Amino acid sequence: MTSEKIRVLVAKPGLDGHDRGAKVVASALRDRGMEVIYTGLHQTPESIVEAAIQEDVDAVGLSILSGAHMTLFPKIAELLRSRGAENVVLTGGGIIPKEDVESLRTLGFARLFGPGSTTDEIAEYIESEVGRRRAAANH
Amino acid sequence: MDSLVERFRSGDRRALARLITRAENRSPGFAETLDAIYGSTGRGFRIGVTGPPGAGKSTIVDGLAAAFRAAGDSVAVLAIDPTSPFTGGALLGDRIRMRCTEDDSNIFVRSMATRGSLGGLARATVDAADLLDAFGYKQIMIETVGVGQAEHDVMTASDVVLVILYPGGGDSVQAMKAGLMEIADIFVVNKSDHPAADRLVDDIEQMLELRARRDAWRPPVVQCVATERRGIAELVLRIENYKSAREAAGDLAARRRERREAQVRRAIEEELALLLFEKSGFQDYITRELDRRRPPYAIAAEVVNLIKNSLKHAI
Repeated sequence: MTSEKIRVLVAKPGLDGHDRGAKVVASALRDRGMEVIYTGLHQTPESIVEAAIQEDVDAVGLSILSGAHMTLFPKIAELLRSRGAENVVLTGGGIIPKEDVESLRTLGFARLFGPGSTTDEIAEYIESEVGRRRAAANH
Repeated sequence: MDSLVERFRSGDRRALARLITRAENRSPGFAETLDAIYGSTGRGFRIGVTGPPGAGKSTIVDGLAAAFRAAGDSVAVLAIDPTSPFTGGALLGDRIRMRCTEDDSNIFVRSMATRGSLGGLARATVDAADLLDAFGYKQIMIETVGVGQAEHDVMTASDVVLVILYPGGGDSVQAMKAGLMEIADIFVVNKSDHPAADRLVDDIEQMLELRARRDAWRPPVVQCVATERRGIAELVLRIENYKSAREAAGDLAARRRERREAQVRRAIEEELALLLFEKSGFQDYITRELDRRRPPYAIAAEVVNLIKNSLKHAI
């Protein structure tokens, strides 16, 4: 009767008002059997991290189209670490230039999903990363 | 596990969140943890919020949370959304409407998926509420999926039930009236800036005239416009009135006892189901007998008889 669902927080940090992409990804993850918490628009890094803690999620997916990713993404990664939640899989997508993707890789975002990514790729990445971290935590 | 309980006791919200997950997953040891914190429960007040989809449940909860915070109380919310029976996934969107949580870490919001439970709540709802209660949250709101067929669940899970309705709800409201009459301790007519709101209030009042409750409480009808937080102060007052009236009558204690009885029964059912259908060979037996064209009730009766006989030896 024990069942471990994958719980994911999908969040929109910052000021842009376009959440079609976030909703498409949230629905796709739900259809893969995950429990997806969607926060809505205009979230601060603090509120996103607090939500991730309270909801005890396995992964956080950030969607951003405003160009502020180099400010907001590292801030969220740092806050998660400071709360002892570095085990949470951190990923995201939106309009992010290649060189920024490279810098973010060293800041806790092993993979980001830009235009052209499929929802299956995103779902498979989250499933395998969460699976890997859960297995590591059990040893 | 024990260090998690220690961290929980020292006020670590992450430990609280983890323990809720364990209860949801029925992880090994979850029952012992819940028993370990049981002695600290009973201080929080549990407010069930139900009503048809689109009535404004989350917005009312948001308004109440802000009012409770302003009065200095800590607030927790359990927001329940349905799990898809096809994929097992769920989209939990109640946080979107809870704006007051944004810069206030004294409000703890947890979204829960029903995971196959049918009564409008998740299986672990009472367990999660117990954890929040033991953690020290004073006002604990439980927001149901919507109105289902088995509203009895929210009644046993809460100390007071708010039923949120809205004008223009039409037939859906009509159809729900019977079930709602028994469970509502307070009616809220939300979106009361709508011209048909007074009419709905009259309808509810009339129904209250016709229907006898099992206790002496007459549910008040409160009008709100939750998006503007109008009527929330009155609603808070009504909740307080209810609490003191029911405490004085001894009904609150009776209701809480009922909740614990239901919890014990459910725990026994869960364990027995596990024992019967997963750990023993009954499932295979049932499949085999059905393949032999034996009718279902005969198979069930035989299984029950087998259990009865083995119980005789045990007790």
